[in-house]
Amino acid sequence: MDPKDILSERREQLNRSLDERRRADEEVERKKARTSDAQGFAQAMRLSTEFIAGVLVGGGIGWFADQFLGTSPWGLIVFLLLGFVAGVLNVLRSAGLMAEHKIRNADKGHADGTADDADDTRRDED
Amino acid sequence: MANDPIHQFQISTIFPVEIGGLDFSFTNSSLFMVATVAVSTLFLVLATSGRGLVPTRWQSVAEMSYEFVASTLRSSAGSEGMRFFPFVFSLFMFVLMANLIGMFPYFFTVTSHLIVTFALAMAVILTVVIYGIGKHGFGFFKLFVPEGVPAILVPLVTLIEVISFLSRPISLSVRLFANMLAGHITLKVFAGFVVSLGGMGALGIGGAILPLAMTLGLTALEFLVAFLQAYVFTVLTCMYLNDALHPGH
Repeated sequence: MDPKDILSERREQLNRSLDERRRADEEVERKKARTSDAQGFAQAMRLSTEFIAGVLVGGGIGWFADQFLGTSPWGLIVFLLLGFVAGVLNVLRSAGLMAEHKIRNADKGHADGTADDADDTRRDED
Repeated sequence: MANDPIHQFQISTIFPVEIGGLDFSFTNSSLFMVATVAVSTLFLVLATSGRGLVPTRWQSVAEMSYEFVASTLRSSAGSEGMRFFPFVFSLFMFVLMANLIGMFPYFFTVTSHLIVTFALAMAVILTVVIYGIGKHGFGFFKLFVPEGVPAILVPLVTLIEVISFLSRPISLSVRLFANMLAGHITLKVFAGFVVSLGGMGALGIGGAILPLAMTLGLTALEFLVAFLQAYVFTVLTCMYLNDALHPGH
């Protein structure tokens, strides 16, 4: 047999297997994209409710404080800002970013005074 | 009315009850709550009545739901958390059944009303607070004071933590409510397109296929959401109960 023929036959075969693999990869990719879309939507819902709840509660507390203490508008201003911070904290916590922080600290051992405020490690089991 | 996507959430009185000037009427919402409890109780009682070593199909569904909630609770609140199992399991079954019953056409979705989900969320948070204070006394409030914070920042951080804690019942209830409400409205709007397009002659009927396909897809998605939201509600309940058990760090 002509060595050229053998070579071209081999190339053909390689092309075929490559094509197959590529198609399988694409399939996996597409499937992943579809599920990550749904997951992303669910996560967006979750994070936005967490954030909005924080702001609402902060604003509510401020409003009631103003009503009963007559400190209008300072209560609303201060507590709305605090509520914003609490909302961000909620989002970070439910996105798992706070937990990551905890693990990093745990790796370091008990590093002295982690200066980061609100470094909560409430998911500790013990 | 046929095309009003909000109409399905209307409360109607079935028989009026008034105690001390307050409206305690038995409404369609109450009827479906009773139905939810009845269906889930019947399902569990009938499914587990056989007690076969090799479970039948129904029994294995009941066992699966039990195992599912139990493992969720154990993994997030530890084996100590199992004392809350009846509470968490009832919550899960109630929310799941209410969501699934709402998927029947013409049925009322109990969990699409904020006050219902808020009552459920408040039940969870009050359990956490009462049990936490009962068990740890004043130590429960350590939950709000994180460790490793400079002394100057402690009041500020504590205030933020308290607001964050107070926002939990709101985010817990709003999530379930918003998901069910939005899903059912979308479903109804797309289904309404099918009807209005279908009334527009041959071309309209051809065009109605698109929203029909969409409605079909959304129905499947809604079943997923019904389950997912019940699961999310349960997981968060377990995490909050964990705070009641282990408020320290």
